[in-house]
Amino acid sequence: MTAAGVRSQGTGRLRGACGAVLVLSFLALVPLQRAIDRELAARGNVGELLYLPSGGILQRLSLGHEGLLADIYWTRVVQYFGRKRLGQATRFDLLGPLLRITTELDPQLVIAYRYGAIFLAEKAPAGAGQPEEALQLLRHGIVANPDYWRLWQDLGFIYYWDLKDYESAARVFRAGSERPGAQLWMKALAASVAAQGGATQTSRLLWSEIYRQAENEQIRASAKDHLLALQAQEEIESLNALLSKYRQAVGRPARSFRELVAAGLLRARPRDPAGALYQVGPAGLATLAPGSKIDLRLLQ
Amino acid sequence: MTGRVASIALNTFKESVRERVLYNLVVFALLLIGAAILFSSISVGIEQIILVNLGLSSISGFGLLMAIFIGIGLVWKEIERRTIFSILSKPVRRGEFVLGKYLGLLLTLVINTGIMTLGFYAALLYQKRTLEVADLVALEAVYFILLQLAMVVGLALLFSCISTPVLSAVFTFSLYVVGNFLEDIRWFGQETGSSLVESLTTGIYYLLPNFGNFNVISQIAHGERIPGYLLISNSLYALLYVSILLSAAILIFEEREFK
Amino acid sequence: MLAIETVDLTKDYTVGFFRKRPRRALEGLNLRVDAGEIFGLLGPNGAGKSTTLKLLLRLIFPTSGTARVLGRELDDVSMHARVGYLPENPYFYDHLTAREFLNYVGELFGLPSAERRRRVDQLLDRLGLADSSNVALRKFSKGMIQRVGIAQALMNDPELIFLDEPMSGLDPLGRREARDLILELKAAGKTVFFSTHILSDAEVLCDRVAILNRGRLQGCGELREILSLGVSATEVVLENPAPELLNELQSYSRSAIRTGNRVRIEIAEEAEVPSALGMILRRGARVVSVNPVKMSLEDYFMAQIDNGPGKLPAEDKVEALREEERK
Repeated sequence: MTAAGVRSQGTGRLRGACGAVLVLSFLALVPLQRAIDRELAARGNVGELLYLPSGGILQRLSLGHEGLLADIYWTRVVQYFGRKRLGQATRFDLLGPLLRITTELDPQLVIAYRYGAIFLAEKAPAGAGQPEEALQLLRHGIVANPDYWRLWQDLGFIYYWDLKDYESAARVFRAGSERPGAQLWMKALAASVAAQGGATQTSRLLWSEIYRQAENEQIRASAKDHLLALQAQEEIESLNALLSKYRQAVGRPARSFRELVAAGLLRARPRDPAGALYQVGPAGLATLAPGSKIDLRLLQ
Repeated sequence: MTGRVASIALNTFKESVRERVLYNLVVFALLLIGAAILFSSISVGIEQIILVNLGLSSISGFGLLMAIFIGIGLVWKEIERRTIFSILSKPVRRGEFVLGKYLGLLLTLVINTGIMTLGFYAALLYQKRTLEVADLVALEAVYFILLQLAMVVGLALLFSCISTPVLSAVFTFSLYVVGNFLEDIRWFGQETGSSLVESLTTGIYYLLPNFGNFNVISQIAHGERIPGYLLISNSLYALLYVSILLSAAILIFEEREFK
Repeated sequence: MLAIETVDLTKDYTVGFFRKRPRRALEGLNLRVDAGEIFGLLGPNGAGKSTTLKLLLRLIFPTSGTARVLGRELDDVSMHARVGYLPENPYFYDHLTAREFLNYVGELFGLPSAERRRRVDQLLDRLGLADSSNVALRKFSKGMIQRVGIAQALMNDPELIFLDEPMSGLDPLGRREARDLILELKAAGKTVFFSTHILSDAEVLCDRVAILNRGRLQGCGELREILSLGVSATEVVLENPAPELLNELQSYSRSAIRTGNRVRIEIAEEAEVPSALGMILRRGARVVSVNPVKMSLEDYFMAQIDNGPGKLPAEDKVEALREEERK
């Protein structure tokens, strides 16, 4: 429909002007959009999804597209909570309602329950610090997915780790071990928890399982952090034992691990699992270096 | 030139205002806003939040329908019915024609949105028994809705210059939907780890109209004000994007032949 | 002063989706229209008449060649302020009344409001639309729409008016009025360029005509000259001729039409007219009139079309005539 033919100067100038507007505007859009992104992010904008009151109403409104809507919600959850936000704390108090809406829309979205089990129960600032909420969520998940034995594992885990209720934990692990497809170690785990309570070894086993089963980068990273913290704690205990030995032998507390190396108690200055050096703190006990990536608060 | 653009705009406005479908849509919107009052009485304690949410969403939704419906026929009808012959044979530049058409439709949308907003405030008044100054914050959301509609109309106009109404509607609506999920698309690209996909999705993020910037309805429902910075940035964004769309439309129209 | 001038104006359309073939709608058109004349562009359907008009009005763009309208290049949109255009089978805005539409057109021309109102009233009156001025255009008949079309073409008091099939849709009364209007425009010093396939209209109105066929110019010239090019027969009207005379005249004329006491015979061969007349006079019959039956425009038209592309016999014949006259 276009003619290659004869056109005047005036048209050429108009074309040039329009083309210039086009290109320049597009170029200007990029920094403008970035500015808008920054502005929106700084306000912790989770989007309008957050503000709807209940999953029930939403489900009715979605006209048959609940699954899609649940997926969108789930995407938002991971986007928002998975991002390291600059200068603004993540509002974990929004996690509970979001997960509730998501699972009401799609009760079979198992990952939502598992995610909630970790991050709802986890203490602030890494999580919402709401273990009871997590329990509720998981119970709903089990009702909707009775054969998914891993949810039992998660339920037991919360009793074990966050609530330190070893009796309930053992009970739940045992019930879970009877589900079809449950791994064999669940039974052994139930027995061990019943007998020994919160032994480090048991904790390590549980967190390793979570790491192995992790369906999501964030969960895996959290499990890894916990495992490193557990390992560090063990190492600190054995280091403290050595420090105590040194004090008894020399009569005064060591001021640095170099002295222990010189005394032949250690081969080299000890490093934590993340690679930073251990230090001797003011109380004469082993501590992590200030810049260490290990976070012992996870173990509380 | 502005005289001619204004004439074309006014004529377009008169033409679209007489479209019966517009009336139906406005009436429907007002009915829905009225129904929102009933709806909101279900959830005690958050009636106002629901009313504002539903009310503003209705304005946005119906505004979108109006913008697409009239926008797609805008230029196509003139070409199909040959009314354009009697316009372009006058001392009217093709660019003036495109501009006039756009402004005429924008005026129609502003007025219709205004009517729906009045209905909204009437509903709010009915529910709350009084209106406070704080309630004016909803106007900020309406302003953002209008900015979005300005972009949608630009899209519809652009497609109207090159394609049939049905296709134009499909393209415009699709771009509106995609434009609301641009952030998810970009995030998806980042997650895949493939740098090719990531640069592709980043390109898409900046190229396509980002309607997500303007979604503030839920914030308004909770009484939060929109910061001035965002008001200015978004206005600028809409202005730039509309300039892009109109320039493209003018370029296409300059080359277009009318047999 | 030339109102319109085209030099080798050519228009190709690309046809077909994958293998684009060019279809030549107009080829190498060289046309000159003087200011103040009524020029008719004739041709069968699809000859390229509308294409020519649309090229001149910048609705489509030439593939090659140039043209000037009122001395300005085609891309000069401001030239449109001095031009009027009635499209073929026009369609205007349904939702407007005749008055509103003409007012809109006036706004596009930038006419100040007082003058605009005056001209709208004037034109509505002149074209017999005063009674329907406030009726929506969607209720107008085809003939009335045509009149609105003419009105909007004259809104700016143009120097040059383009009319594409101006008589279509008009009843005989309307056509007479349209013809009178066109003659009025000429009398006012304006140039009228119209295309039509109705030859009788052209015959009555045009100063010059051009014939297009399949995109090519077949013939062009003054109407007077074209019509005098071929005297196809001679008509002799007798009063009360004797039956024996009529019998004898049968060898000259095939037909003899009696109307009252007059008989009209047509002598095909020009050369035989003197001897026929001689015989009539010897018999003492009364001759009322002797007239050449002129070639009609239709005859000329058909001859041009039949002659096929590439020839310009009209120009040749005109040249030949001029040569003869000089001798």
